[in-house]
Formats: sequence, C-alpha cells, structure tokens
Amino acid sequence: MTEPVLDIRNLKVDFVTRRGVAHVLDDVSFSVAAGELLAIVGESGCGKSMTALSILGLIPSPPGRIVGGSILFQGRDLTRLRQSELRRIRGGDIAMIFQEPMTSLNPVFTCGEQIAEAVRLHQKVSPRAALARAVEMLRAVGIPEPELRARAYPHQLSGGMRQRVMIAMALSCEPRLLIADEPTTALDVTVQAQIFALLDELRQKTGTAIILITHDMGAVAEMADKVAVMYAGRIIERGPADAVLDNPGHPYTRGLLASIPRIDADPDADLPEIPGIVPALTDLGRGCAFAPRCALAVPACNAAQPHHVAMSRDHSAACIRLQANEVSA
Amino acid sequence: MSQLLSVRDLRVHFPTGRGGTIHAVDGVSFDIPRGQTLGIVGESGSGKTTTALAVMRLAPITSGKIDLDGIPISRIEGQELRRARPRFQMVFQDPFSSLNPRDRVGRIIRQPMDLLGLLQPPQRDARVEELLAQVGLRPELKSLYPHQFSGGQRQRIGLARALATKPDLIVFDEPVSALDVAVQAQVLNLIRRLQRETGLTYLFISHDLGVVRHVCDEIAVMYLGRIVEKASAARIFASPRHPYTQALIAAAPSLAPEHRRRGGGARLQGDPPSPVNLPPGCPFASRCPIAVNDCRSRIPTLRELAPGQAVACHLA
Repeated sequence: MTEPVLDIRNLKVDFVTRRGVAHVLDDVSFSVAAGELLAIVGESGCGKSMTALSILGLIPSPPGRIVGGSILFQGRDLTRLRQSELRRIRGGDIAMIFQEPMTSLNPVFTCGEQIAEAVRLHQKVSPRAALARAVEMLRAVGIPEPELRARAYPHQLSGGMRQRVMIAMALSCEPRLLIADEPTTALDVTVQAQIFALLDELRQKTGTAIILITHDMGAVAEMADKVAVMYAGRIIERGPADAVLDNPGHPYTRGLLASIPRIDADPDADLPEIPGIVPALTDLGRGCAFAPRCALAVPACNAAQPHHVAMSRDHSAACIRLQANEVSA
Repeated sequence: MSQLLSVRDLRVHFPTGRGGTIHAVDGVSFDIPRGQTLGIVGESGSGKTTTALAVMRLAPITSGKIDLDGIPISRIEGQELRRARPRFQMVFQDPFSSLNPRDRVGRIIRQPMDLLGLLQPPQRDARVEELLAQVGLRPELKSLYPHQFSGGQRQRIGLARALATKPDLIVFDEPVSALDVAVQAQVLNLIRRLQRETGLTYLFISHDLGVVRHVCDEIAVMYLGRIVEKASAARIFASPRHPYTQALIAAAPSLAPEHRRRGGGARLQGDPPSPVNLPPGCPFASRCPIAVNDCRSRIPTLRELAPGQAVACHLA
C-alpha cells in the first residue's frame, strides 16, 4: 500500500459560541490514497463541510479553532503551517469545488481569466500561456467550443457548465487532492451524472485523490471506494463503500440507508424513520450523541463515547451494542 | 372513477421582454381521480412548478382549462375564485421563506381561515390546535415563531396551514427537497398518512424519482413544457418507453449493486435547450440518443402505447 496523500488523525475543532463550546469536529480520523475516492456522508450540521474547511485552513477563526490532532498532507502537518505556506498549497496541491458554482465564480471576470489567474498564482507562466492552459482545461472537462467559453462570463453559462468551469479551475494546477463539497446538489440529475462521470474519469487519468462530501447515499454508491459516515461531529462508521452500504453496523447508518425512498422498494410500505432531530453541538452529553434517537440504546450508551469496533478488515463502527455483539440484521 | 382535477391543454407563456416568448407550459393535459396522487417529475425548466402554480391560479394561464370538481378554476376571478380557494391549497418547497418569520405559528395556521371567513372566529383557535396535532406537533407550540423550529417541523407547519381550509386538493412543490433524508422520511410518511385518513387528492411536484415512486399513483414526466410520458408509478419504473424517462431513471443515483462505482451512469449529453425559442420538432431531439430526422421536424403527440401508458415519441 502506498502512503496516503492525506492522513487526518484525531482532529478536534471547537467553536466558541454564546451557548458554550461546540465540539464541531471530535476525534476525526481518516486517510485517502492517490486515485482513491472517499465519501464523507451525513446530514446538515454533522461536520462534513467543516472537515473540508479544516484541511484547507479555512475555518473561520474566531470562533473556530483546531484544538487537537493532525492533518498530514504528503507527510506535512497542515495544522502547523503558516497562512502564507497554506496559501501555496490551497488551489495548488489541494483544490476544492463548492456546491453553488454561481456564487463561487466571480461574475465580473470571464471564465478563462479566472482559471488563468489560478494557474498564475501557482505556476510561473506568462499570461498568454496561462490563458492557453485555461482553454486546454475547459476542453479537458468536456466544454464544447472551449476558446469561445473562455471568453464567456459565468452568467452566460448553464449550472452544469459553471460547475465544469469550477472543476477546470480546480484541476488546472494538477492537485494531488480534490475536495468536492456537494458538487452536484444544485444540478439536475442528468447533469449530475455527467459531472460524476467527469470526476471519475479525471481521477483515473491523473491519480488525484478525491474527497466527496455529500448527503446523498446514492452518490456514495455511484462514486465512492471508501465511506466515512459522520454524526454530530464524529465519524461513527467507516469502511469500504460496499461493506458500509451492504452491511452497515451503526444504527444511524442503518437508519439513514433505510429512510431513502428507493425506486426499487415496496411503495406501499411506510419509510422507516429516524425519530427526532440532530442534537445541538453545544449540549451533547458524555455518551453517544445518537443515543436519544436510537431504538437500540441502553443506559450504558449515555455513559461514555463508544469506541470504534472492527466489523471486518477496514470496516468499523462506533457503537457499544456492536461490542456486545447484540446488533443483528 | 371520478376525476377531482382535470387539466386540458394548459399553456403558460411568458414574454421575455426582448420580443421572445418563454413556453413554460405548452399544452399539458392530465386528470387526477379523487383520493389519488399524480406526480410530475422533470428537471429545472421543464415547467413542472409553473404547472403547479397555474393550477393554484398563481401563474397567468395563457390558454387551456382547469376544472376542480366541476368548478372551472381557470376561468373564474375575484369573489368567485376566492370562494373556491378553500378547496385547493399549496405546500411550498422552502420551509424557511414560505412562513412569515414575524408571525407566531398559531397565527400562520389560522390565517387562511381568517382570510377566507371559515368557521366562527372563536372556533378557529381550537381548529389550529387540532391541525397541529394532525401534523404531529404539540398544540402548545402554536405560540412559537418559525425560526424556533427545524426544517422538518416547519414543513409540518406549512402542511397544517394548507389543511386549515379542509381542501380537496393539495399541490406540493418539492415539499421535501430542502430536508435531510431522515427528516424527509418523516414528512413523506405524514403526507401519505393524511391522504389515507382524509381522502385528500395530491398534485406532487418533485425532481426525485425515489420520492415520487413512494407517494404517487400516477407519474407524468415533463420536458421543456410538455408531458413526454405518463403512466402508473409501477409501470413507468418497470417499463419506461420515452428515451428521456429512461435516461432520467438511469441517472438517478441508486444503492443497487449494479450502480456501485459506475461513475454516474450518464446517458445524455448537454443541457436542455432554452425554452425561449424552441427548436421545431421534438423538444428532446437535441439530446436524444436515438433521434432521427423526423424527430427534428415533427412534434410527437402523447399517444397511448399500452393501457394507462402514454408516450410522446415517434420511435416508442
């Protein structure tokens, strides 16, 4: 096994709020290897986007602060770098694409200029060469008539085209790691399929490691090699995509998978629900954050954080009922 | 079966201001039997939301007929339309912007009764509590404001407001697309339970095929202002006949083993063309993988291919 491109160990991020300290990320660990796609999945507020921002050193501070753990990127700990050093990595070796391509592109510059700017920030090339590189990237992400589109402003393009421009920009400096935060949530399903195909092709061609942040288990199935399921700031289950989807260990993962309305399910049966709502991060107890919503909870669940229990090679879940071997399908 | 809602050749055209015309809805017809649910699926720009708004009389109708239980709602105005309003109500997509942040929840739910003069004023508050209980919220929550609720709870409030007038028809426009999946299941189950208990009729707009499969009896697929396929939910998923329906189903992310790491399942290239100046012929021809010359010159009409399944495709 080659050394992972990114290796996050025991990352902790706190936010100081009026209601107290929120443990936005608590003991988060995972790694991604070259050419691998890791999906981080969870509901709003679970910490998946915060994980992405902490890798890039973009946590709003104050109120946020990395209080523990390490983020090893190609052997260097990003939590110890100065902002100036991080700036060289951001957009260069680590690139990110966001959910809403309209608000993440600058409306007053052409698409070509914006990609060329990213290139010139990280590589010593002439403006002309940078623009040529922009056109080449637009072609690589499947934009028809790239010379023409390079001169277009973002509002002149459709949502799918804009997301392709974002991807072209992100890939223009040949990143080792691409973080895609809900990249298709604002897009139609047929366009989403095109973007997925593009990301898949690019990682196979370039060996870029990808972290896909999503709330959609369907997207996980379509794209991921590995999955980390997050709940209330912690990874509660992780493993190879097939293992997690076919044999979920944590009651939350099971609930999440069961509650998806599926085309191939019995439409007359009610959907299994997870009762209640996600807890506020400021008033988590000492125990498992999912316990108040969990049908399998026992008093011991509230006593202490459950440790990850191995279910098979590389597949683990943080549930004490699993430890006692009482969770069965 | 008696049709509660009947829509015939509905057209909604908007001028663009540059002399062009947007054909948002271009000749749509459907019926919904009492107590049943019709789902309209399609991508952005397909005209599904405009169709819903036209049924609600919230979008200007260019031509066509809409009848609700014998009331010609496409042709009535003023007092007459107002008197008919209690019979058809709507639940919106965004649970944040569709509730007035300055009103307490009790007032939000009571308002349709106040505005339409339903029940004697003293009875309205009791009805509000009844409605809250019906959507699974504690009656004492009526004195809180919308921001004190989660997205799922807010969608329940929107539903209670729609139920306040005891409607026959509820139009849902993407009611769960802003919700997390676990909460989405709670709201979808509630929507289904209300229909079972009260015999409501639903028009249900969504882009999510899994969701419409779960709540709809019949499904209409829209593309660029037209219905391209219509069939029972079971049939449309088992044997879709229009190439667009097929592509839509193929592209829907799924947990099925054959979808694992297939990288999307894209069958269609490009985006839908602009609804401003539609090309002649089939609106789908520019993206269709099997289009022939005829498709680019002649518009296919919706024709019945099998009992209960109609398709607008020359090649189906």
